[in-house]
Amino acid sequence: MVPLFRKAKAMKRLTEEKITALHGAGGAVMEKLILEHILPKFSLRRAGPIGLDELDDGAVVDLPPGKLVITTDSHAVKPLFFPGGDIGKLAVTGTVNDLVVMGARPVALTLALIVEEGFSIADLERILESAAAVLSELGLPLVTGDTKVMGKGELDGLVVNTTGIGVAEKPVSDAGLRARDYLVVTGPVGDHGMAILAARNELPVETPIKSDVAPLWPALERALRTGGITAMKDPTRGGLSAALNEMARKSRVGIEVWEEKIPVRPEVQGLCELLGFSPYDLACEGRAVIGVAPEKLDEVLAALRAHPLTAEAQVIGQAIPEYPGKVILRTAVGGRRFLEMPIGDPVPRIC
Amino acid sequence: MPEIFQLRDPLLARRFRELLGRWAPNRPVRIVHVCGTHEITIAQHGLRSLLPENVEVLEGPGCPVCVTSTQDLDCALRIAEKGAILCTFGDMTRVPGSRMTLEEARAEGADVRVVLSAADAVEIALRNPEKPVVFFAVGFETTAPGTAAVLAQGPPENFFVLMSHKLIPPALSALLSTPPVSIDAFLAPGHVSTVIGAGAYREISEKFKVPIVVAGFEPLDILYALSLVLRQLREGRAEVENAYPRAVTEEGNLRAKELFREVFRVGPAIWRGIGEIPDSGFYLCEEFAKYDAKREFGVEGEMGEEKPPGCRCAEVLMAKAFPTDCPFYGEVCTPMTPVGPCMVGSEGACNIWYRYSGRPRL
Repeated sequence: MVPLFRKAKAMKRLTEEKITALHGAGGAVMEKLILEHILPKFSLRRAGPIGLDELDDGAVVDLPPGKLVITTDSHAVKPLFFPGGDIGKLAVTGTVNDLVVMGARPVALTLALIVEEGFSIADLERILESAAAVLSELGLPLVTGDTKVMGKGELDGLVVNTTGIGVAEKPVSDAGLRARDYLVVTGPVGDHGMAILAARNELPVETPIKSDVAPLWPALERALRTGGITAMKDPTRGGLSAALNEMARKSRVGIEVWEEKIPVRPEVQGLCELLGFSPYDLACEGRAVIGVAPEKLDEVLAALRAHPLTAEAQVIGQAIPEYPGKVILRTAVGGRRFLEMPIGDPVPRIC
Repeated sequence: MPEIFQLRDPLLARRFRELLGRWAPNRPVRIVHVCGTHEITIAQHGLRSLLPENVEVLEGPGCPVCVTSTQDLDCALRIAEKGAILCTFGDMTRVPGSRMTLEEARAEGADVRVVLSAADAVEIALRNPEKPVVFFAVGFETTAPGTAAVLAQGPPENFFVLMSHKLIPPALSALLSTPPVSIDAFLAPGHVSTVIGAGAYREISEKFKVPIVVAGFEPLDILYALSLVLRQLREGRAEVENAYPRAVTEEGNLRAKELFREVFRVGPAIWRGIGEIPDSGFYLCEEFAKYDAKREFGVEGEMGEEKPPGCRCAEVLMAKAFPTDCPFYGEVCTPMTPVGPCMVGSEGACNIWYRYSGRPRL
């Protein structure tokens, strides 16, 4: 009798410290996890008659007027915790930003977790708190979610999926650039990519590089209302290079950018030179690349610079009719070369 | 502007551009450099678009990974297959030998590890005393001192070196001796020159009557060096000039050169794509022969198929062709799917052009 009792207590303790298969099994243990560890983290839990509290099969959302915009992202970032944030903050921010660069005001989010058996519940709570903090800051509700557990070794820690819905009066695509439109970037590029690289490889840096992960709402709200934004993209994977190339290709225009105008933090620039990367190839998680109609440039820049997150907004180039689909970099010394889509992971130089 | 970026000052750049225009030759001129890092600076900053019309700058055999012979690579593969821990620089793992790459050998169970230096390989030897550890010593005179230093300090019994270091000045002579020669001047490599000194090029400059200017790695360094070259050509001079005095002296690094004399002897070496160049390779002298991996493992390389028909790596390495002249470039041959070594090495002309979308002139 006694050994069984001890074992039961040990199992209870285990269930309270680490995720087990039971937490994803749909039964009482999972319900307890959700009610005690997940739900209470989120202050806003509905956007209509049925929300998170009801733990129904889905949520019902009262949609404000406008066009429905929807986006989804899965996050498998490693390490889970990095200078400037963690996977929770990243997941919510990433989805919010995708909505914003489509021209939409975020309305509601979903959150799906796939957790590896043995994952620390304390870590999970930290991650959920980060996610909740962003949502709370934005007054955005989490309306529904899902929890799955995979066996030890079947998954690397945690994968998160977020889906966001928003409404846009005038949706903005990444294919709307016209020749003569200006290209504006809302702040220094390459911070997130370098922060992850530095954290993962334990690079010997005195001050850790911080990710720029941050939601672009409401920073971009005023700029969107000017009506002067013709195209927009957030430069995540592949960084500025990928974003610009995609915009050029889809819009069927060329883009010329000016190296000395592209903001890069000195510490990011320095590490890039040391390691042989380009800061233009590294991801950002709190920036937008914006196409602006020439006659609205001043208005858009003023709107952006009025908000602390986008205060360093800068014109970095212009769309041109020549070389459609290509991006040309005018270098600091006055030379010209193409700026291509980045390819794969660099390897350290040998000589 | 932070100090380091003064070497990218656009105003100074414009002045150099004017100088280059003023000394522009009245006939086509081909200037060759032998340093992957120079090519990266040129491509990254779009320097070719700043040169006078009839001035061409090409990379020659400036990528040590690209010119490592198939034979040496095959030796490395054999050694790895015999159960040694084979330590090598990252790029080398993707260069095709006669049969496969070191990366492929690793996938089949060979213990191939990427290191950043000979010292790293010694660390591995110390941590694995029961296994032979072989350092694949690839690189020019920049990396050779590291290998020499490690040997001079008396490495552990289980440490060996697969010698494949090559020397730059003999390569310059070889390029100038292989007709048809269309090289009007050289930019000498910055890092190699910090070791061997600017004086190392005087004999070649005098014998072949070509200007040789040592250049640094910032864009203004290159523009400055090129302007010195054009001025020499205009004035009919053929001298060695040092445009990188902040790092390069006439004699170079005396300690490194002493180490070379102590540990190495010089002999003929095969440069992939080019062939044998006399006195262009470092080998271990008798006192250190016990660390020689080829001797220890009794391996010889095969004279395997150097490259698929159609691949123009040899001509690119000899500065006789631009990467874009090769029919495979960019289509079939990319850094992810390389055909020849020029596309594998991160200092190879083809690899650099692909990454920075190089072209003769934009």
